[in-house]
Amino acid sequence: MSVTTSFPAPVLRPAGDSALIVELGDGIAQDLNAAVHRLDRRIADAALPGIVETVPTYRSILVQFDPAVTAAEPLGQALLGLAAELTQTAAEPQLRWIVPVCFGGAHGEDLDDVARRSGLSAEEVVRLHCTADYRVYMLGFSPGFAYLGGLPEVLHQPRRENPRMVTPAGSVMQGGAQAAISPIAMPSGWHLLGRTPARTFDLKREPPFLLAPGDRIRFTAISAAEFDRLEGLSGYLPDCETVTAPAALLQGAAA
Amino acid sequence: MTTHLRVVAPGPSSTIQDRGRVGYQRYGVSVAGAADPLLHAVANALVGNRPGEGAVEFTLAGDSVVVEGGPVRIAVAADAELTVDGEPVPSWTSLRLTDGQSLRIGALRSGMRGYWAVEGGFALQPVLGSIATHIRSRMGGLDGGALKPGDRLPLALDQAADRGERCLDPSLLPGRGGRLRVMLGPQQDYFTPAGIEAFLEEDYTVSHEADRMGCRLDGPVIEHARGFNITSDGIPLGAVQVPGTGRPIVLLADRQTTGGYPKIACVVGPDVAALAQMRPGERLRFTPVDAAEAGRIQARHREMVDGLPALLQSAGGFALYDSGRLLGFNLIGGVVTGWD
Repeated sequence: MSVTTSFPAPVLRPAGDSALIVELGDGIAQDLNAAVHRLDRRIADAALPGIVETVPTYRSILVQFDPAVTAAEPLGQALLGLAAELTQTAAEPQLRWIVPVCFGGAHGEDLDDVARRSGLSAEEVVRLHCTADYRVYMLGFSPGFAYLGGLPEVLHQPRRENPRMVTPAGSVMQGGAQAAISPIAMPSGWHLLGRTPARTFDLKREPPFLLAPGDRIRFTAISAAEFDRLEGLSGYLPDCETVTAPAALLQGAAA
Repeated sequence: MTTHLRVVAPGPSSTIQDRGRVGYQRYGVSVAGAADPLLHAVANALVGNRPGEGAVEFTLAGDSVVVEGGPVRIAVAADAELTVDGEPVPSWTSLRLTDGQSLRIGALRSGMRGYWAVEGGFALQPVLGSIATHIRSRMGGLDGGALKPGDRLPLALDQAADRGERCLDPSLLPGRGGRLRVMLGPQQDYFTPAGIEAFLEEDYTVSHEADRMGCRLDGPVIEHARGFNITSDGIPLGAVQVPGTGRPIVLLADRQTTGGYPKIACVVGPDVAALAQMRPGERLRFTPVDAAEAGRIQARHREMVDGLPALLQSAGGFALYDSGRLLGFNLIGGVVTGWD
């Protein structure tokens, strides 16, 4: 099954004297974002001369280049070539993290409000979060902050009118149509559902980032006692498994 | 004992900067790095460092530091008054300071930011490959913050090399006017023709809302054609984003990695540094260039930075390269026409 045939032709957009944007479409959609991450891997594999780094986002990739080594014109042509061949890519493996979360109570102060607004029980909200097949659409805002797509539509609701000044590290949150895990203590207007003992950003760890753009996530509910036990383990990392992109996409679409 | 510089009185906002944290924007990590890479490179060249070595960037006024150990070779690239133990010394030259001597860097007479570098650089642990300070995410420098009284900056060299001092005639550096060259895009299609015309034909003024992250400009409103929300995408250096107010913000070294406002244009690299040196109230105008011209501007800038060591003179006044030799360099003609 090809997931990219329905997209418009890729577009190159100038982004100053040392960057280009390759845009595959617009909006926030799972198959579009999957194509972005496939193209990002393809760009890395092609090892084009002069590329400094890439920033894959919802629907496009910012490609930073060294103008001493390459120029926008030849690089742009090479990038369009890679984007045009996207549909020929075989299934590519992805990482799926199984992230334990202690939902509700002191760990997730907004769970009951989220449930009430969506007309569901708190247990039902937790069940939905734990069956959703989340995708790391992109990282941005702050180091390690992953925007997760795949929040079931019944749970979509506006952000808090009054953002909290501090939410603890490891907060599992939802806002608008998205979910997230906060990497560090930070202000946030998202709704707090629970907390994970897994740290998605830790400078003392190598590599410091748990999640990469394109990774997948499945939440699993744990008790407060289990949360305390896992948080007490030094260097605790959640389990992860390798999944193959097209199969996972089908699952995601059904979720 | 390791040689240190102890901060006696820091400037209002002084941070250690290098070329920035490259390769981690995909994880949401800001690049940071020197807001004016050319002056940063000048400070480093004066003490014999490579261009990207960590140096202190100060804002509006410099720092007072005292040497513990040494001797230390230090140079300030800034239009500011300097004293060593209370005696005036010149800027734009390397100085050798011995144990207990103190350097005081006064207020900038022009520009927003100055730099000082020490021979060999600072002995600080890189965070994600860089010692650049990014205060918002508390990364780099000394505990991720600005210099504060009592900080002790460890130096990589215990003793300065035994050699003569070097200076630079700052008039050899390119002049910077209020003309910022931009490449339109990536989202110029989010603006009306009248909006783009205002952006390119009218004067803008640097507002007081300006820091290392971005610089908000006052001036004519830039009209959006279809709202001011885009699906968040990557933000390159110098991007001119236009939020709902219609007033542009130019994003600088500490910019966030992604954002959801449309970007009408991007300022070319060397002119981003020029903007970072402009004070609130200064006027500027944007001029469009195409990709080929932007490439030539970048190339001339690189030649300038690479050619800095050749512009240095011995501090005794003896020119390492006489003026005839200087004029023979391609870079001089190129730079002058490039910056006029």
